Amino acid sequence: MSRTHAKVVSANDLRAGHTVYLTSNGGWSRYITQAEVITDEAEAQLRLLDAIGHATVVVGAYLVDVEPGSDGPKPVALRERFRAQGPSIHPSKQTARAEARHVSA
Amino acid sequence: MYQHNDFDQAFLRNRNAQFRSQVERRLSGSLTEDEFKPLRLMNGVYLQLHAYMLRVAIPYGTLSADQMRVLAEVAERWDRGYGHFTTRQNIQFNWVALTDIPDILDRMAEVGMHAIQSSGNCIRNTTADALAGASADELADPRPYAELIRQWSTDHAEFQFLPRKFKIAVTGSPEDRAAIAAHDVGLQLVEQGGEIGFRVLVGGGLGRTPMLAQELRAFLPSAELLPYLEAILSAYNLIGRRDNKYKARIKITVFEHGIDTFRAAVEEQFAKIRPAYTGEDQALLAEIAAQFALPDLRENLAEFDATTRAVDPLYAAWAARAVTDHKRADHASVTVALKVAGEEPGDASAAQMRALADIAERYGYNELRITHSQNVVLPHVAREDLPTVHAALLRAGLAAANMGRLGDIIACPGMDYCALATARSIPLAQEIAQHFQTLGLEEEIGALNLKISGCINACGHHHLGHIGILGLDRAGAENYQITIGGHEGDKKHPAAIGEKMGPGFAYEAVVPALERLLRTYLDLRNGAEETFLDAVKRLGLAPFRAALYAEVRDAA
Repeated sequence: MSRTHAKVVSANDLRAGHTVYLTSNGGWSRYITQAEVITDEAEAQLRLLDAIGHATVVVGAYLVDVEPGSDGPKPVALRERFRAQGPSIHPSKQTARAEARHVSA
Repeated sequence: MYQHNDFDQAFLRNRNAQFRSQVERRLSGSLTEDEFKPLRLMNGVYLQLHAYMLRVAIPYGTLSADQMRVLAEVAERWDRGYGHFTTRQNIQFNWVALTDIPDILDRMAEVGMHAIQSSGNCIRNTTADALAGASADELADPRPYAELIRQWSTDHAEFQFLPRKFKIAVTGSPEDRAAIAAHDVGLQLVEQGGEIGFRVLVGGGLGRTPMLAQELRAFLPSAELLPYLEAILSAYNLIGRRDNKYKARIKITVFEHGIDTFRAAVEEQFAKIRPAYTGEDQALLAEIAAQFALPDLRENLAEFDATTRAVDPLYAAWAARAVTDHKRADHASVTVALKVAGEEPGDASAAQMRALADIAERYGYNELRITHSQNVVLPHVAREDLPTVHAALLRAGLAAANMGRLGDIIACPGMDYCALATARSIPLAQEIAQHFQTLGLEEEIGALNLKISGCINACGHHHLGHIGILGLDRAGAENYQITIGGHEGDKKHPAAIGEKMGPGFAYEAVVPALERLLRTYLDLRNGAEETFLDAVKRLGLAPFRAALYAEVRDAA
């Protein structure tokens, strides 16, 4: 299945740890919308080899299957969609206090 | 509480300096990631989905008010203002930068905290009953032994590269509050002919091959603890499998060789090792034990607890769930739920950590515990202070009274954080808790342990949940398998692994399925006295399976 999909190169920033994507100018972006979408399998392997060489910038470079779209590439795998979007939860710790008021009311 | 001595402090300083240098060498490229990874793991540093994660050890779940304040400081200065308490009584910071971790470790070392061996194929944090040293039903405090194990296992040269990680849990009470049957080694303090010793279990563990530990020794004299543990580890190190990561845990070693063969291997090692122990460990244990003496508890206390229960139903409802009997009748242990419906189970904000530290300092003899259910315990509180403590917890948003109820869900971080996860856990836990709170059914349902894991590694202990939920990725969509009848084990029910009910459910179908299941329980039970688990034991699984799959359209 993966052979038929376009790819982007992803990794984590070595220092900060956040998810990054390889851009067409050889840099790294936090946004998958700015990732270079590679449709040729051999080209993807070459780009990955290049990215692995960025060993003091990123960690764990690998290829991610994507579906190209009008608003940027969309990862195929569930895990990669979460990596691209960030957590589905955004802890605020504010509702705890609201809940406490509710309970005490 | 155990106070780090000069040796401990120097050890941590050296270790942190060593790790700082390792980080620098990784950043400069003189260490490759393959070389660096095992080094960072041994210092609690993971690379997760979105960020580095730092897992800080809280040995046997015990920490002081000052240590809790430093955790709050770490959350605020270097993370996003919160931390996540885990089922192994540790805390995880989800958003730290690798470049900050050496500073974080130095700050923590100032209050005797560290992240050593909180990951990697070594002996991990030894967990213990969260009520240790306080509970009325305890034979002896297990924490001095846990501390002895910590000192013995830290940087133990022979056990730094085990076939796989190794977890020890210890309890001093007949009521197992440490899930010892689910650990590589489970220790239970028992008495035989007036002598204190251990019942030793081996080979428990969850993950993809859940197994309950078997009895290796019915009684081990307490003085033989370290040589016997060393013998277990040596036998495992020799015959444990290193060819397959999934068959490398000691549970597989015990299963493949059989408990009798494994016991013989342990005894053979023990005969060699025992003579090398000539009493130094017992002298050290005596020094350690002195530091775990009960605090100097106040006397001549007022009856505010009983009088407030009589007039304040909100307080009475909280106290009925949160307050546990203490060794001293005029004191109690207080469990603080980190499980407010709609919040992330086990998370605490920096403000909440500080509030807990303040309460512990003013009313709790400076001591806090983390439970394996991801809650917090104030082990020693004078009963006359309980109403004041309740009011302070209310102000901090920490007075939920759902301990041991449906809302007290154990959930792993799941797909929202974890690099291994196959599905989300936390938002599902939030939806379940909120749904049943909205229905007003939580109290009616009564005692229920619901545990959620976001992958087959089972960090959420779903196998041991009365209801367990396992999240998987099925063809690119989250799919949740439900198990029923699991149990951690107590005096009433032995530990048991839950049974899988059938096909999994799509994310949206889980809450309706649980509602059908629990309404069926309410219909079928013999009055409110019969818990969900009792009803499952009496009726068997069939009516509950039928309820789960009553709406076949829900089954994915």
